[in-house]
Amino acid sequence: MSFLLFQASVAVYLFSVAAYLVFFLTKKTTVRRIGRWIFFAAFLLHTVNIIFRYFEAGHTPITSHHETVSFFAWSLGCCYLSFRWRYTVKNLGTFVSILVMALMLVATFSSREILPLPPALQSWWLPVHASIALIADGFLALAAIGGIMYLLQEREIKTKRFGLFYSRLPSLEALDKLNHHCLSVGFPLLTLGLITGSIWAKQAWGAYWHWDPKETWSLVTWFLYAAAVHQRFTVGWRGRRVAILSIIGFLAVLFTLWGVSFLLKGVHTYVS
Amino acid sequence: MSRDTIVLLGVNHKTTPLAIREKLALSAGYDEPLLALGQLEELREYYLLSTCNRVEILFTCQNVEQARTRVLEQLFAGTLSKEEFDQHIYQYLDGQAVEHLFLVAASLDSMIVGEAQILGQLKEAYRHASRNGCSGFVLNKLLHKSFSVAKRVRTETRIGASAVSISYAAVELARKIFGDLAGKKVMLVGAGEMAELAAEHLLGQGVTEVIVANRTLQRAINLARCFNGRAVSLEELLDQLQHVDIIISSTGAPDLILHKKDVRSVMRERRNRPLFFIDIAVPRDLDPAINELDNVYLYDIDDLHNVVEMNKSERDKEAVKAQRIIAEEKLKFGKWLLNMESTPTIIQLRTMVEELVRGEVEKTMGRLEGLSEHDQERTEKLVAAITGKMLYRPLHYLKNENHCISLPDRINTVRTLFQLDNGNHEQDAP
Repeated sequence: MSFLLFQASVAVYLFSVAAYLVFFLTKKTTVRRIGRWIFFAAFLLHTVNIIFRYFEAGHTPITSHHETVSFFAWSLGCCYLSFRWRYTVKNLGTFVSILVMALMLVATFSSREILPLPPALQSWWLPVHASIALIADGFLALAAIGGIMYLLQEREIKTKRFGLFYSRLPSLEALDKLNHHCLSVGFPLLTLGLITGSIWAKQAWGAYWHWDPKETWSLVTWFLYAAAVHQRFTVGWRGRRVAILSIIGFLAVLFTLWGVSFLLKGVHTYVS
Repeated sequence: MSRDTIVLLGVNHKTTPLAIREKLALSAGYDEPLLALGQLEELREYYLLSTCNRVEILFTCQNVEQARTRVLEQLFAGTLSKEEFDQHIYQYLDGQAVEHLFLVAASLDSMIVGEAQILGQLKEAYRHASRNGCSGFVLNKLLHKSFSVAKRVRTETRIGASAVSISYAAVELARKIFGDLAGKKVMLVGAGEMAELAAEHLLGQGVTEVIVANRTLQRAINLARCFNGRAVSLEELLDQLQHVDIIISSTGAPDLILHKKDVRSVMRERRNRPLFFIDIAVPRDLDPAINELDNVYLYDIDDLHNVVEMNKSERDKEAVKAQRIIAEEKLKFGKWLLNMESTPTIIQLRTMVEELVRGEVEKTMGRLEGLSEHDQERTEKLVAAITGKMLYRPLHYLKNENHCISLPDRINTVRTLFQLDNGNHEQDAP
């Protein structure tokens, strides 16, 4: 059942990407409204899919690679909708839906088997730690998307050559505000994710910190974002520099998510 | 005696980069260069136009090449080499000059097609020329015609309806940088007409405060009052940069008034809040390198062109209609000019015939003494009537469109027939 729901949500996400792309190129606002509703429908399907999977697996479905990436996509959608609810950022939906779609495709091609949870991981810290960390990643992904949009728009305004993006992307101020919002929510969540993980590690493995690759890289990521947040909120950096820092930070997030698991081995791998 | 040629020399934003236009701009006002042109014997009538997008000289003369060289020498000596003049300056004669002037007046040659400022600038330039007695019969007629053509284009096409001026383009950009303009502050440096217009646009978009900085403080105070703003002196410019967000600069200063290093230090104090500079002055007021700083955006008048290009196509359709009106008016004016050629002949002929008739009548009247005032009046009428009757046919022949014989030939025939070129015709008269 959850499998069917997953397939359905992937298909509907695909439609929303198509609609958003049509809107991006034609600038027809009716198309955007349609795209928005399709995206929302896909998000609901996805939510139901995760709930079903919870009952099928008997534990929070953030343990296998498939589940993690799928939950990551869900949290990105969640962050986008939460932001969308407060501010409008023109065409952000186009970029977000593409990234969500990409993550869903990655999830599609990894094993969907439901595996039994090792005893060490059977704790209510699992949903707390994993979901907080992934929702933090969702906000940080949004910050990176905002950063990319900022760089695209800023380049056209600076070089005074107006191409594809000038009329389609929002104002620089709006994109900077998006970055501000996402960093100020994402960074505390990331910190909280690290703390809960550390507490859980004490319970499961007996020590707060193991220097296992995943933990190390999480720390590296945390320091990168700490630098960005520090520059932003105390030194007064904004615009292009913070946008670049956000993108670099997100690359570190992606490496922590995938690079560590596939390149470096440690206790913190996905269940397989 | 042939008619004078109408010559138009100029540079505009299409043919010439800003850097060259800066050198040619007449930033000191019209009176001085008009006086300088007055010293040239070659020119009969002349007029000057200098805006941020163009510098144009319109004059009538006999020898075009000689006049052109002298005019360029007199106005722009030492700015550019001869090759550069040849490369950048366009030259239109007679019909083409008329058409170009009409295009300019109707705002079809403007950077922003359809903007209304140019007509005001044209009228202002003409006012200076006529006040100084530089324009004569031909140019007066031509310029007045250009005003009416502009009005016709404006009323008969929708070209002005969606007219966007430079200032509008600037507002568009400001919105791409700042998003919402509510709460932003704008500073005008130098108090030009264009800057005022931009400020008005920005106020309409929700800008909260307008600050005016000007060399003469009184002018700044007056302008600031219109916008409920504040006036500051030009020396306070750097301090003010900390507080404002948009700067529109349009001073007539010959050199840069703000450099990159000044702005860099300000940005630190602003905690990198964005700054948007708009430089509509020619020559430029602001160092182009300012644009290289983070969170600082500088647009000069040529750059604004690009913003405008983007929503131009709609106006282009109307421009075609406007072009037709201008072609029509150019034809009409061409006819008037052509008739001008026969005017001296007509005047001469009329004088000659009238003198002959009057001479004969007075000879006869001399013998009839004691004419009443009433009778004198009637003889006057008689003179006029005979002159008119006699002249009707030759004038008709001259004026009417005759497809077989060209106007110069017709003029020639009449002049030969009445022996107008034989000096003192009274002696030859029978």
